[in-house]
Amino acid sequence: MEPRPGDNEPHTPSPSIWPVGFAVGIACILAGLVVSRPAVIVGVLIAVLFGALWARDSMRSASTPPPEEAPPATPAAATADADALELEDGELATFPRNQFLELTTLGLGAVITGVVALPVVGFAVLPAFTGQEHKTVDLGTLDNYPQDEWREVKFRLDPKLGYVTRRTVFVRNNGEGDGGPSFTLISNRCVHLGCPVQASGPREDNQRKIVRQVQGAPLEMTPVLPANFSCPCHGGAYDTEGNRVAGPPVRALDRYKYSIIDGRLHLVEVYSVAEVEGEGKNAKIKAYGPQGPGEHVDGLEGWFYPIQPQDLEQ
Amino acid sequence: MIETRPPRTHPPVPPPSRRKRKLTDKIIQVVMIPLDWLEERSGLVGGTKYFLFRKVPRDTNWFHTLGSATLTAFLVQAGTGVILAFYYRPGPGEAYESIRHITDDVTLGWLVRGMHKWGASVFIILLFLHMARVFIFGAYKYPRELNWVVGFLLLVLGMLQGFTGYLLPWDQTAYWATVVGINLNGTGPVMGPFLAQFLRGGDEISGTTITIFYAMHMLLLPGAIAGLILLHLYLVVRLGVSSPPWSDEAAGRSRAPLPPRGEPGLVRPRARGRFAR
Repeated sequence: MEPRPGDNEPHTPSPSIWPVGFAVGIACILAGLVVSRPAVIVGVLIAVLFGALWARDSMRSASTPPPEEAPPATPAAATADADALELEDGELATFPRNQFLELTTLGLGAVITGVVALPVVGFAVLPAFTGQEHKTVDLGTLDNYPQDEWREVKFRLDPKLGYVTRRTVFVRNNGEGDGGPSFTLISNRCVHLGCPVQASGPREDNQRKIVRQVQGAPLEMTPVLPANFSCPCHGGAYDTEGNRVAGPPVRALDRYKYSIIDGRLHLVEVYSVAEVEGEGKNAKIKAYGPQGPGEHVDGLEGWFYPIQPQDLEQ
Repeated sequence: MIETRPPRTHPPVPPPSRRKRKLTDKIIQVVMIPLDWLEERSGLVGGTKYFLFRKVPRDTNWFHTLGSATLTAFLVQAGTGVILAFYYRPGPGEAYESIRHITDDVTLGWLVRGMHKWGASVFIILLFLHMARVFIFGAYKYPRELNWVVGFLLLVLGMLQGFTGYLLPWDQTAYWATVVGINLNGTGPVMGPFLAQFLRGGDEISGTTITIFYAMHMLLLPGAIAGLILLHLYLVVRLGVSSPPWSDEAAGRSRAPLPPRGEPGLVRPRARGRFAR
């Protein structure tokens, strides 16, 4: 067979604008899955439209022969011409049985695959996002927390799951506030990348006290006197209200909501903080829903994280 | 009884020669009979021969062996990993203890665990060296672009193997490295928090995290890597190995004369004055 002109060139498709529109449609679908359902429909429409145009273009460019090639009058070419004529005739443009069988086989295969794969993929992904329980944790009686003193408290988020759920919170009793005792509960999870923040200052390990929760798990309470909180991993530093003073963290330390039930302090749930003005019981906290470390809660960068997994749980 | 066979008209075939055949001939025959049986029914022997003795450019060099070295490193990881799985128990309560048991108690456990641990670094280093060879030789160009993409996916999966495997010893280093790694993923725009929550198996690190990482490290990622390696090799065989950029043949120049055939062997001496013009 004679080499045709262009055989040595890479067989790349000619440049086209349609793939861009197709990509925009796919992006719209992905964003819509997270943000809103109507956007998904719009994305599907865009993707189908531009995908069809793209497919039409690439099929057309593949079927047209190179223009400089003159049709040689050989028997092989003649039969090819005959084929083309038959197709152009229109009489044979029916829906033959083998095509029908081919399409039904492919379609049935797709249906079966979908029926099997969808539950499996759902099982692989969904459990991480559904049924996340947030139990309150008993942190012991109030007399464990003298006024204006810090305690580093190690507790179990879920006593049944044991040591792997051990977390640390810094607790300070701010004295009597407007509606009862005021507490500051600061999470020790660095908001840079999640390492454990330490209380920088004297630490009285010999006065450590281990008490039992109502749930039966141990609570370790160590008196600490932090000048600030600092992270060992990448040098993030925070003041005693959790505001960032140095290093890579993007916001203030997370805090816990608390409630006092039957004279016992209960840790309710975590929330994120942009910054804190004031101190102790007079602190004004710019609070946001819980977010992961390294995620901005406000400002322009906050737009990077429009929706959080827990927002989808009702 | 009537003899139906026609009488013989030609002299009988002489019996096979009685000469004592060499031992090597017998051995070759013993090996070849099952191989021929296999070849006749599957074509696998011919396929293997084609794969092993296919033509490659004359001026390939040692850098072209980096891909095979990477494959070997992966096979070592697969082999040692399977054996480690005999004794490893995923789970927040048992993982650390089972690793200690493998290292301290099981006969030669320290060796296999060490091979797996250090072999992981070897695998990643060889991946990068192989990639550097392909890049510097320009071997990613047409028609081999797709193989570059497959190789890149293999690199990503290899790094994911490192990430998921690092948690499994379940010590302080493993735990905090994984916390930081997951949170790094969480900082990705829009989908980051969801990716992090998927990797964690919930909104807090728990016993589920280690079993998820174990399943990915043991089943999902090695399977994907093995499949992509097959595709990678298929493309290598189909497209052929590329010459180095300084190749005379590829540049269309007359090539240096072959060195005189010396002693027959696997390796012939390198041509002298090869770069002389």
